Amino acid sequence: MTIADRPELLSVQGITKAYPGVVANSDVSFTIREGEVHALLGENGAGKSTLVKMIFGLVKPDAGQMRLRGADYAPQKPGQARAAGVAMVFQHFSLFEALNVAENVALGMENPPPMRELAARIRAVSEEYGLPLDPGRMVGDLSAGERQRVEIIRCLLQDPKLLIMDEPTSVLTPQEVEILFKTLRQLSAEGTAILYISHKLEEIRNLCDAATILRRGKVVGTADPKATTARELAELMVGTTLTPPERRRADRGEVVLGVSDLTLASPIPFGTELKNVSFTVAKGEILGIAGVAGNGQDELLLALSGELRAPADRVRINGQPVGDLGPEARRRAGLVAAPEERLGHAAVPDMSLVENALLSGAVRKGLTQRGFIDWAGAEAFAAQIVKDFDVRTPGTHVAARALSGGNLQKFVVGRELSQDPSVIVINQPTWGVDAAAAAAIRQAILDRAAAGAAVVVISQDLDELLEISDNFAALNEGRLSRPRPVEGLTIDQIGLMMGGAHGMEVAHHGA
Amino acid sequence: MLRLEKRPSPSRAWTIATPVVAVILTMVAGGIMFAMLGKDPVEAIRTIFWDPLFNAQFAAYSRPQLLVKAGPLILIALGLSLGFRAGIWNIGAEGQYIMGAIFGAAAGLAVYPVESRLIFPVMIIAGGLGGFLWAMIPAILKTHFRTNEILVSLLLVYVAQNILSSMALGALRNPEGGGFPGSRNLSQIPAMANTELVAGTGMHWGVVVAFVAVIAAYILLQRHILGFQIKLAGQAPRAARFAGVSPNRLVILCMGISGALAGLAGFFEVSGPAGQISIDFATGYGFTAIIVAFLGRLNPLGILLAGLLMALTYIGGELAQFMLGLPSAAIQAFQGMLLFFLLAVDLLSNYRIRLARKEIA
Repeated sequence: MTIADRPELLSVQGITKAYPGVVANSDVSFTIREGEVHALLGENGAGKSTLVKMIFGLVKPDAGQMRLRGADYAPQKPGQARAAGVAMVFQHFSLFEALNVAENVALGMENPPPMRELAARIRAVSEEYGLPLDPGRMVGDLSAGERQRVEIIRCLLQDPKLLIMDEPTSVLTPQEVEILFKTLRQLSAEGTAILYISHKLEEIRNLCDAATILRRGKVVGTADPKATTARELAELMVGTTLTPPERRRADRGEVVLGVSDLTLASPIPFGTELKNVSFTVAKGEILGIAGVAGNGQDELLLALSGELRAPADRVRINGQPVGDLGPEARRRAGLVAAPEERLGHAAVPDMSLVENALLSGAVRKGLTQRGFIDWAGAEAFAAQIVKDFDVRTPGTHVAARALSGGNLQKFVVGRELSQDPSVIVINQPTWGVDAAAAAAIRQAILDRAAAGAAVVVISQDLDELLEISDNFAALNEGRLSRPRPVEGLTIDQIGLMMGGAHGMEVAHHGA
Repeated sequence: MLRLEKRPSPSRAWTIATPVVAVILTMVAGGIMFAMLGKDPVEAIRTIFWDPLFNAQFAAYSRPQLLVKAGPLILIALGLSLGFRAGIWNIGAEGQYIMGAIFGAAAGLAVYPVESRLIFPVMIIAGGLGGFLWAMIPAILKTHFRTNEILVSLLLVYVAQNILSSMALGALRNPEGGGFPGSRNLSQIPAMANTELVAGTGMHWGVVVAFVAVIAAYILLQRHILGFQIKLAGQAPRAARFAGVSPNRLVILCMGISGALAGLAGFFEVSGPAGQISIDFATGYGFTAIIVAFLGRLNPLGILLAGLLMALTYIGGELAQFMLGLPSAAIQAFQGMLLFFLLAVDLLSNYRIRLARKEIA
């Protein structure tokens, strides 16, 4: 029996949802059959999350109907969705780090069984689906991949008919992705339908039976992902033809940034300690640092930007020890940094773009004189960033939080790149950014490197790193692997550098 | 049903309008309270807000009082507002105010009866220093031991009050005072007196310093990188660290400035309107200034207006107690309403109220 012959599970007809100022979904319709793995594909902001929140009862649609197994389906809250057999694994986990796995699972249940019985059920389900998990372990000690397993098992215990997964692979190593896919295929073979949200095209081609493509809240196409190329899918998703970034290789110069044997405790609760991190970056070089989220990326950025201090000689810029200097002194030495979190770290939500330009630009752009702020200069700097990086904004006096994620990211990256730096450190340069903006940001980074800057790009997007880096290393539990040239690296080698499959050696032995 | 919806950016119009709306709501609610106490609400409100300034019978006395009372409130509130903007909560300005008065008075009395033009400036410096040092206790405990500055600064108020009593009864007691508690009357010693500069206005050196401080704080916040860093630290502490602001330095700075300004206010009070160190010298300016700082939206010009308004409710409140027999608790409740309504209405600058539409299921 092919998928097309199976009975319909969920049909969504003409769903519309508007928020003030933006239509998140407009007349969206699609159908999922039992046991089908259905991809919901689209760029950030295309309306995927709003759509699945409506299916899961978190948001109510303005118009349209849903039918589940032939019956009207209009969940008022997630509890009703769960009772109807719909379960969801969120991109951001809702787990308590100070509780163990079984306690976390129990918290999500309406009538949890006794702890001992629950632990036995967790063990049984985890073995059945090749997702090893010890119910007694503290969630704070688990890797991101293991935490995701807690969420998945929490869903599987309800025996769902439809499992919604929102960007599940963004926190996994390639090996862990393979294991997850085995589990999902097993579920699908047993008749559970899966609604799989992603913008990673190769994964969708590998896993899914059908794809619905969203753009700006509307369905712009459906495709059989196995019969469509990744490029065709991408162009459907973006709506334009994509051009890969162009690189001009600069001659590799002398070492500009040197980090040697850097060991630092994390200032973040349940953070990751950096352990003996060593690397160098030369003039014109881009070093890509991969790793599953939470393996020390944030800490490494803090240690490089100067927000976290180290012994002086552990970090050197142009041979000068800067490890014990703060962010301002490091900027003076030529280093700029762009943290991952845009609102609250890289930029202040309620401040204008002018003030946000001053935030990190004051030192290198000479925007203060004897402590007094040159507001005209700051405004000119902000206007220049907006112009050079095509930031879509009504003006430079709007608050940072009024910008979309992609536009604010362009502003933040643009602000750092426009300061004529000799060292650039960027964490997640294109996280949550649409494809066109991401391409522009990558091109800007490549241009800076070609102009002679030493660049460190920390990212969880492997494709991005392989596209722009000269050398490649991975963070795993706070340790950095030895950097290797990107050319000739295989995806398996990369996966092993990232730590392989965390604690999953026994997975799927019987499967 | 009503629903709150976050505005894309804070509304400028509402930021300016909220204090006015809050004052009007306070008048309405206060009027109801006064009516329940059996008083004519219109007359009570008029006695509080109008009579101190324009009633021929009282204005001659109460109009100068406006600046006398507003001066210390504005000076203390300005200092506090810098810390509040940075998320540093100095609640103990009252204690710093007391210590400023003691230090300033002691510096002058130590050389009594020498007459010199230098004595008054030295006393001013000593007053500021007293408040500064007292504020450094919670500041340094916070930067070195991560104690909570709210608790430490507040508890130090009670320590300061006991030091005040001890000074009034012991070290600073007037040796020619016939055994009564209290220091010599500074306002009657020419070299130490903080005199009224323009007769009949209440304008003394402390008021001048308060006005200068308003301008300085305005420039600091609008044009200086330090003011920018203070705002950064309050709105987004992580972004402030990213920008290179040292949180510890900011704690010392903000606590130091607010302590010094409170100390100055204390000194100008003891050498002028109060006249002497006495057991009942502290009358709560340091606490009321917290209300003034928020009523003025932590903005220097707003604080100037809020200080004058708060002084008016004090003077008018006393007048109402005296003329209408309103209990002092009712006046305090009235002042509390002002802060309550201000905080409540404040929501409107960041949110708008919407009537929720019926949602289609």
